[in-house]
Amino acid sequence: MANQITDGNFEQEVLQSDVPVLIDFWAPWCGPCRAMGPVIDELAEEYSGQVKIVKMNVDENSATPGKYGIRAIPTLILFKDGEVVDQSTGAVSKSSIKEMIAKKAL
Amino acid sequence: MTAALYLLRAGVKTAMVEKLSPGGQVLMTSEIENYPGFPSGLQGWELADKFAAHLESYPLERVNDEVRSIELGQPIHTIKVGEEVIQARAIILATGSRYRKLGVPGEDRLVGRGVSYCALCDGNFFRDQDVAVIGGGNSALEEALYLARLVNKIYLIHRRDDFRGLLCYQEKCFTHEKIEVMRSTVVEEIVGHSNLESLALHDLKSGERRQLVVDGAFIFVGFEPIMDFVPEAVEKDRNGVITDVEMRTNIPGVFAAGDIRSKMCRQVASAVGDGATAATAAFSYLEQLGQ
Repeated sequence: MANQITDGNFEQEVLQSDVPVLIDFWAPWCGPCRAMGPVIDELAEEYSGQVKIVKMNVDENSATPGKYGIRAIPTLILFKDGEVVDQSTGAVSKSSIKEMIAKKAL
Repeated sequence: MTAALYLLRAGVKTAMVEKLSPGGQVLMTSEIENYPGFPSGLQGWELADKFAAHLESYPLERVNDEVRSIELGQPIHTIKVGEEVIQARAIILATGSRYRKLGVPGEDRLVGRGVSYCALCDGNFFRDQDVAVIGGGNSALEEALYLARLVNKIYLIHRRDDFRGLLCYQEKCFTHEKIEVMRSTVVEEIVGHSNLESLALHDLKSGERRQLVVDGAFIFVGFEPIMDFVPEAVEKDRNGVITDVEMRTNIPGVFAAGDIRSKMCRQVASAVGDGATAATAAFSYLEQLGQ
């Protein structure tokens, strides 16, 4: 399972992380986010130790989505050394997330 | 999912390949009011979850990834999924449909930055703001009415004079105080640097061109069948894969069900019917092969 992060621990969990971090911004009322859920959880297991894969509920956290200009979900943002290195919006397949990670994070 | 259910109950060894999690377009729908058996309606995801739960007690092999290719063979077809390979005597194509894009400059660049195809997902980001809804069918009208509960103002932009959506939705939209209807108007460009700033509009009647400042643009201009990996040899037209009434395509052992088919009615009820029909036809095809 991918861990949930919040506005409160975003800095520590993401910006100061030693490994690249992929965040899935989601909300319970969003169908495509629900569709992405299991894929994100599987990837969190597969990349364990290599890339940190987490979720943030935009319903409960508004500061971080606001800061990164998120106006649609699901949105994935890939961070490396505290910087945004890639971003995608909409439900995407497991293979294309793996490609994104391989190209930009590893 | 219905096709898988029928095949599993008939004792056929079945794998279900799903790009994301089961449900497809149903997950994008806020309220489903026309699926029989649920008179008070239910949320799209609730129905998708119920369908998925129905498969749980059967020995279904699930593969969660995108199909890369299908190689037709007789009698065995080969399906490449992610890094896996599946061999099957019968294939039921049930990929469904996806939203159609408007196809104007700026659209792809501003997706997630003001451009959206899902009011249910993204409406909340536009609370008390001004948005455009583009389209004239049921989706456009329904979504406009949903958004009207959240936003400050909606411009409902349609390229024709007449709306295709149901009259009951039309009346609700046309009389809604927050909705301004703009007929015979096309969007020529979606303008903005890092975020959507305005739409370049062309009034087809007066010929006038102008910019409309909005915070968001929700695009509902129909759906297209998902046929990316359907082999060339499978007969299709611009509306989808062509089948007979038993859901058989022109290729022996290849069937199609639901929105991927070239047909008029794109509803959960008809997709479920197609799935059951396709599974039955596939089962009888497998029996004939076995003899």
